[in-house]
Amino acid sequence: MTADTMNVPGNAPGNAPGNAPSPRSDTTPLMRVENLKMHFPIHAGIFRRQVGTIKAVDGITFDIKRGETLGLVGESGCGKSTAGRVMLRLYDATEGKILLDGVDIAPFKGERLRKMRPRMQMVFQDPHASLNPRMTVGSIIAEPLDEHGLLKGAEREERVEELLDAVGLNPAFANRYPHEFSGGQRQRIGIARAFALNPEFIVCDEPIAALDVSIQAQVVNLLEDLQARFGLTYLFISHDLSMVRHIADRVAVMYLGKIVELASRQDLYATPKHPYTQALLSAVPIPNPAVEATREHIVLKGDLPSPANPPAGCNFCTRCPIATDLCRVEDPEWREIEPGRHVACHYVE
Amino acid sequence: MFRYAIRRLLFAIPTLLVISFIIFALLDLAPSDPTAQLPLTIPEEVREMIKLSLGLGEPFHIRYLRWLEQFLVNEPLNLIEQFWGIEIGNSEDRLRVRSWSTRAPVVDLIAARLPQTLSVVGVSYIVAILIAVPIGVISAYKQYSIFDQVGTFISMIGFSVPTFFTGTVMIVIFSVVLGWLPSIYDTTLEVRDYDSFVAQFKQMIMPVMVLGLFNAAQLSRFMRSSMLDNLNQEYVRTARSKGMGEPVVILIHVLRNSMIPVVTVIALGLPTTFAGAIITEQIFRINGVGQLLIGAIEGADIPTVQTVTFIFAVLIVVFNLIADLLYGMLDPRIRYD
Repeated sequence: MTADTMNVPGNAPGNAPGNAPSPRSDTTPLMRVENLKMHFPIHAGIFRRQVGTIKAVDGITFDIKRGETLGLVGESGCGKSTAGRVMLRLYDATEGKILLDGVDIAPFKGERLRKMRPRMQMVFQDPHASLNPRMTVGSIIAEPLDEHGLLKGAEREERVEELLDAVGLNPAFANRYPHEFSGGQRQRIGIARAFALNPEFIVCDEPIAALDVSIQAQVVNLLEDLQARFGLTYLFISHDLSMVRHIADRVAVMYLGKIVELASRQDLYATPKHPYTQALLSAVPIPNPAVEATREHIVLKGDLPSPANPPAGCNFCTRCPIATDLCRVEDPEWREIEPGRHVACHYVE
Repeated sequence: MFRYAIRRLLFAIPTLLVISFIIFALLDLAPSDPTAQLPLTIPEEVREMIKLSLGLGEPFHIRYLRWLEQFLVNEPLNLIEQFWGIEIGNSEDRLRVRSWSTRAPVVDLIAARLPQTLSVVGVSYIVAILIAVPIGVISAYKQYSIFDQVGTFISMIGFSVPTFFTGTVMIVIFSVVLGWLPSIYDTTLEVRDYDSFVAQFKQMIMPVMVLGLFNAAQLSRFMRSSMLDNLNQEYVRTARSKGMGEPVVILIHVLRNSMIPVVTVIALGLPTTFAGAIITEQIFRINGVGQLLIGAIEGADIPTVQTVTFIFAVLIVVFNLIADLLYGMLDPRIRYD
């Protein structure tokens, strides 16, 4: 890696006006969501009337501190990716607040929203689908620089080469098309693209799920490397618990559109409080045959309920090993049981 | 790409030879008599002599090879001579494919009728593209909106109602009832001044719209579904997250990718332009290639039918190649090497 020339966010030569760093007080979290909801309408019938809603994200509240990595884990279909996308305003939130540096961006629209885009970017899951097949790598990376009027001509070319270099690709590749690269290389292109505008906040939406195991480590190391150099803030969405343990500072566990537990990495992996977290962690095999053979697994029964029709009370009550009548009636409150440790369960002390 | 094109052209030769044989054989086997339309007073021996003079006395394979020679060697040489005004060999004695009914060389007949076909059918194709692309884009972008529903409904109608019906209805409305537009296309009209231009414009409106709307119905469906395919792609989300404005996302990112299959469909549809819309030309009495073909079929003018049909076959093969090459140029993932 020879990317020490890459500009640090905040003092880059071409920072857009909208991208100017706001007065940074370390107490305001970079990103805070309050009771965020994202409901998708279901249309059916001849007249395509709305017959219901999919509650993909159903009231989540948390904050992400500047420079940290928040891991967001959960099984497929629990709303992790939707949460990431709605935070970046790729969807219009149904309800709730998205505070970027203390400013609620949820109601932003049109030009105002567009001007704010450079501050937060996303690394997408599928490196094959997320790059326009008809554009060269160079133009994919350079397009936002043009659009936001940051850099022009030779400077722009230089910046593209710099970015490719930073993610460990040959800068001469700028004239090639995405299909000429392997999955790992394409994900690096995706990362370079996300970094082009010097964002402060990056949502990594399962950036390694589509890659070979050998390449996964490279990409995660690259992400960590870039974070350390430029003080970036990540939301790292994944269903790979061991990878999240490796990269995240704090971890949030999501189940059926809600966050059930949020704690520091050490606490969460050492002493999971919520029964769902316990079950999830017990599903991770331990690389020691002696322990693995005698270890007690918590096996959840039943299927994930439909997010169009979540159960009454606690979302997890249909599969929870310790559920009682109370759980089937009353939705547990999102509470802080210890400083920095949040759980949504009636029976956690 | 160049090498690929050459290889494809070489492969096209046997294909076209087979097609030419099938066309020639089918029409030759058909029980038609070139003298059938002559007055009944002509005695049988004279009829036989007429047939002999048309070359029908030769065996089948000789006639086929002679026709092939005339079509593939003599006619191209003739075209070259005319184009550059030079003389190659003995051009006076060179046999040409002649129409049995008019005795004129078939290629000259086609050349005389091509302008009418191209101006009406060609313009209608351009109109179709100009209508279909925006409608397809908007329909896809606002899927299930009122615009989309109405567009879908109209294109279903345009798709399923044949041109001989819409053409006749338009003639009834605009020529008979309202009297705004002429129902017969006047081929002899020359555009010299403003008035003749208006007259030409007026007589073109109906045939162009009938054909154009029919083609637009089809193309807009292709455009819509291709746009829908691409709108849900992840790279569109990438473009939005980059902070690109909606026009850029739709017109640069999505439309450019969606045009790949649509351009191919358009290229494949172009030979039909030359074939002329046989039915539409009949309805509006346009003296085009389509009408030439119909007339030749009715008059048992076998050489004309064979030649016109074979030219269509050549055009279809050529435009297939063009469509493939366009695909390679538009889609960087496809490279022909």
